[in-house]
Amino acid sequence: MTGTIPLQYFLVISTLMFFIGIYGFLTRKNLITMLMSIELILNSVNINFVAFNKYLYPQNLQGHFFTLIIIAIAAAEAAVAIAIIINIYRNFRSIDVDNVNEMKF
Amino acid sequence: MNILSLFVLIPVLTIIAILFTSNMKQTRIVSAIGMGIQLIVAGILVYMYLAERNAGNTADMLFYYDAVWFPTLNIHYTIGVDGISVAMIALTAIVVFAGIFASWMVDFLYREFFISLILLASGVFGFFISLDIFTMFLFYEVAVIPMYLLIGIWGSGPKEYSAMKLTLMLMAGSALLFVAILGIYFYSAPAGGVLTFNLLEISKNTIPIEMQRFLFPFAFVGFGILGALFPFHTWSPDGHASAPTAVSMLHAGVLMKLGGYGAFRVAIYLMPEAAHEQAWIFIILTSISVVYGAFGAIAQKDLKYINAYSSVSHCGLVLFAILMMNQTAMNGAIIQMISHGLMTALFFALIGMIYGRTHTRLINEMGGLMKVIPFLGVVYVIAGLASLGLPGLSGFVAEMTIFVGAYQHTDTFHRVATIVATSSIVITAVYILRVVGILLLGPIKDDHYLHLTDAVWYEKLSTLTLLLSIAAIGMAPLWLSDMINFSLGPIIEKISGVTIAGLF
Amino acid sequence: MVDYTYTLLIPLIPFVFFLLIGLTGHKMKPIISGLIGTVGLGIAAILSYLTAIRYFWTDHLAETGFKSIKAVEVTWLHLTDKLTINLGVLIDPISVMMLVVITTVSLMVHIYSLGYMKGERGFHRFFAFLSLFSFSMLGLVLATNIFQMYIFWELVGVSSFLLIGFYYQKPSAVAASKKAFIVTRFADLGFLIGILILSFNTGTFDFQLLTSPTGPAITMPGGAAFMGLSVLTWSLIFIFMGGAGKSAMFPLHIWLPDAMEGPTPVSALIHAATMVVAGVYLVARLFPVYALGAPDALNVVAWVGGISSLFAAVIACTQTDIKRVLAYSTMSQIGYMMLALGVSGYGGHDGLGFMAGNFHLFTHAMFKALLFLGAGAVIHAVHSNDMKDMGGLRKYLPITHITFLIACITIAGIPPLSGFFSKDEIMVAAWHHNKILFSIEFLVAGLTAFYMFRLYYSIFWGKATHYHHTPHEAPFVMTIPLMVLAFGSIFAGFLPFHALVTSDGMPFEAHIDWSIAIPSVLVGLVGIAIATMMYFKVSLLPDKMANNFGSFYKWAYHKFYMDEVYLFVTKKIIFRYISEPVAWFDRHVVDATMVGIATTTEKTSHLIKGMQSGRIQQYGYVFVTGAIALVLIFVYLW
Repeated sequence: MTGTIPLQYFLVISTLMFFIGIYGFLTRKNLITMLMSIELILNSVNINFVAFNKYLYPQNLQGHFFTLIIIAIAAAEAAVAIAIIINIYRNFRSIDVDNVNEMKF
Repeated sequence: MNILSLFVLIPVLTIIAILFTSNMKQTRIVSAIGMGIQLIVAGILVYMYLAERNAGNTADMLFYYDAVWFPTLNIHYTIGVDGISVAMIALTAIVVFAGIFASWMVDFLYREFFISLILLASGVFGFFISLDIFTMFLFYEVAVIPMYLLIGIWGSGPKEYSAMKLTLMLMAGSALLFVAILGIYFYSAPAGGVLTFNLLEISKNTIPIEMQRFLFPFAFVGFGILGALFPFHTWSPDGHASAPTAVSMLHAGVLMKLGGYGAFRVAIYLMPEAAHEQAWIFIILTSISVVYGAFGAIAQKDLKYINAYSSVSHCGLVLFAILMMNQTAMNGAIIQMISHGLMTALFFALIGMIYGRTHTRLINEMGGLMKVIPFLGVVYVIAGLASLGLPGLSGFVAEMTIFVGAYQHTDTFHRVATIVATSSIVITAVYILRVVGILLLGPIKDDHYLHLTDAVWYEKLSTLTLLLSIAAIGMAPLWLSDMINFSLGPIIEKISGVTIAGLF
Repeated sequence: MVDYTYTLLIPLIPFVFFLLIGLTGHKMKPIISGLIGTVGLGIAAILSYLTAIRYFWTDHLAETGFKSIKAVEVTWLHLTDKLTINLGVLIDPISVMMLVVITTVSLMVHIYSLGYMKGERGFHRFFAFLSLFSFSMLGLVLATNIFQMYIFWELVGVSSFLLIGFYYQKPSAVAASKKAFIVTRFADLGFLIGILILSFNTGTFDFQLLTSPTGPAITMPGGAAFMGLSVLTWSLIFIFMGGAGKSAMFPLHIWLPDAMEGPTPVSALIHAATMVVAGVYLVARLFPVYALGAPDALNVVAWVGGISSLFAAVIACTQTDIKRVLAYSTMSQIGYMMLALGVSGYGGHDGLGFMAGNFHLFTHAMFKALLFLGAGAVIHAVHSNDMKDMGGLRKYLPITHITFLIACITIAGIPPLSGFFSKDEIMVAAWHHNKILFSIEFLVAGLTAFYMFRLYYSIFWGKATHYHHTPHEAPFVMTIPLMVLAFGSIFAGFLPFHALVTSDGMPFEAHIDWSIAIPSVLVGLVGIAIATMMYFKVSLLPDKMANNFGSFYKWAYHKFYMDEVYLFVTKKIIFRYISEPVAWFDRHVVDATMVGIATTTEKTSHLIKGMQSGRIQQYGYVFVTGAIALVLIFVYLW
């Protein structure tokens, strides 16, 4: 089974996901969308970890562990981020990132 | 307890006492008592110092005391005085005492005002007693910072601008100075051994000449900014013009002397080789200061500006004399510091008092005041005569010592510079008499001035303290001059033992 | 050695009285403060006469030649190893002579002022200043060293400043006092530089050492140092510059006529008899150095003196303010004294000029003080300075008239009054030295007689002006000094100066040289005769003469526009083209640079503060772009 899908395929997918995430993060003004973009970036990294682990060091499991840690952190991060976003929404009646500039300068 | 520590302690105690006062009357009485004690202690110090010397104590520094306060960098609280510092301490005590009485009527945030003023004084005293250059620097900063508040809060005119300008320029000086101090520290023991900030220890070694060349301009310009070295003097006119009376007095009278004293104690004393090499640049700059300041004063219209430019000229003469690096000229420089400190403090006190009556400082708007305020008028004339170097008053002693000393150099460069500097005595006469003529003499310009009242007791006390000191130095300069001369001996020995051919 | 320590009291008494009157004078009755000052000066005068009698006669110093005696000396300030400033009292012929002159004139002026200044505001202040002046002047002449002289020189200058500006509410008096101080201060700069050069090269300030023929100054190696003159010559020329300033020599004379703004007794004391001759005294004091060490400098002295005397005499002929006429006359007479010193040699009969200069100083002090005090009495009577407002006053002021006439005859050099003797000696000395200088002096002698009698006739004769108040003779306190001084003017000429005040202290024989005396008396008489023709009666002659001289008269009337030249230099050049540009430069270039540094910092921070926008997306964009750029650089360009 492993011989059928070369490593490059995984890398291409993860690279695409990564840049889609970056693009989304840089261009979207909506905080939720930005958060989703960050999730995409994290998941692209997860794919890389798993893929490299499988293809290069199949006898080890560090890649998988890292992936699990990242998923856990991403979950926590999403929770915190959404909490912040909700608070921002309560204060500003908006989750547009451009409106949140009260602490600038 | 070492008598010198009292000079820092008494102001601190006074400040604490002021915190407990509840009205203006109490505050100023506490301040006056505190600084009065300070003045008495200064008198005792002078007496004790002379007694020690007469008893044959020939140590460089008397009342020496040493305690570590930051062992990691070997920073000490080292104190001690020689004739020069004793003279400067006496000057400071007199000016601060007079300054308290000159600000007798400050009523806005009076407690904070006197606290800042006395804090400033404690910084100055600390500076003069310190022998550890880091501690010295620390006290220097203590003296400079309250200045910002004093001008910014209690000043007049564009006070925020002036306060900011003054502080920034002095801070720039501090930055240069700090580089120099660290440099000196790291090369304080070139032969190996413990690095130190102690002046006396460092002076026993020779800092490598390459480092001296690099560090000397930092140290000299750093202190020079405070001493109104051309072209870094421009904080002085604005700062003085905006500052309240007592602050102008302290600032021109004492704080600017920190520059001269430091340039002499730190820059030249520790780095004589570089000083000899680079002196010519600074001699040119200070000669310019002397003449330029005087010419600048002629064209001014505001009393404080006139005096500020006159300070540039007189302080330029101090640095000029220090750079001559011989005993007579340096002696003259120290006397000039004291003389100018007293004179200029007196001037600023008088200007403050006149301003308090006429509510203007523009000389064109005043005239004939001698008739209505004869006491202040007469004192102003005497101060003016002291400033233009009348024999019998302190300015003459200082200037003549400097000129004779500076002329002892055999080369053309130093002599031409000396003659250029001497020409200032004429220009000084011009601007002093111009002011006296317009301000005090002639017909009374405005009927409003007819009912002005003459000086009251605290104003008389303030001005007479300064006036008597000026006259005392002017009439009998020998004891002061000898006291300074004795202490200059070892210093001159160190800096003239240097044999590096200068540029000229 | 004879003990002269008590001479210390001569300057000290006026000083103590100055402090006394200055500090407590406003609390006492005006007349008391005046009397205190007068008594103080009286004591000083008695001590001075005593000193003179002892020194010249009773102590028998003449046999060995008059030596200079250091009566007292204390160290005032240490400068270098060799140079110390001492204060002390030096007694020698010229200082004793000056003591007598100063205390006599000062005492007379004190007495006179009791009447003249009566009822003036600031009466005690006037007497305090007079005492201060007397102290300074006495300190000056008694100086043991050149630096002490410089110290008192400055003090004299400031007392003169205070007294000229005594009527401080009068703008012209303020301007005059300022002018006097600044001009003399400028001259003093030369004096100071001269002292610096001289003291550096000789290693001493002391007069006894400096003037000793074997001392360091005279034996200083010559050789051209700068512009073909030796160091010593230069230093002496600089020192003479100080003297020329104080003594109102051309071209530093401009302050003297204006100084007449001061009260008239002050003009008599300071600007006629004592302070203005300080320059002469200075040259006389250093005379051996000038004569033996630097004859070139002495030549400068002679020529400056000669030119000044002619210049001033010409101007004096045209002025109408009686005090200004006297001021120019003073300048002219001091020119005589300078010239006398300048043409003199050293020792024996060669030193005739030295003796004559000092002699003339002595007699001039008497008759010029008399003239000024007389003029004061006239002004007191008619309340005007201008001779156009006067005329025919001889009836009203008999005593003033007679004493004034005596003084005029004296200054014109008519025997046997004192002016004749001293002027004759100067003529002789000039004749032997330089014929051109002699002819200048000869001309000036005629001019002097002319303008003095022009003045005399205009005041006391001529048209009988109608006066608002009938002028009345001055009170007794004012006429007594006039009579005393008139007495001095008549008989001072018989003092044997050649036996007392000589260049080397040794007496020598001097006779009146009639071949020179007779022409000079004649030229004086001619001057008087012309003046009589023009001014004795009201006539059109003066106007006609003025017209004939045309533009020359105009130039002289405007004092050859010297004031305008100075005004141009000070107001235009120094104030407008130096000071104001310096002030402008300081504000707009130096300060602007400093402010510029601050504003540049501020602007820069404004510029770059946009980068810290707080927008994560912007940061991310920059970050990603940067990362990509770096990757590209590392991959493709490394």
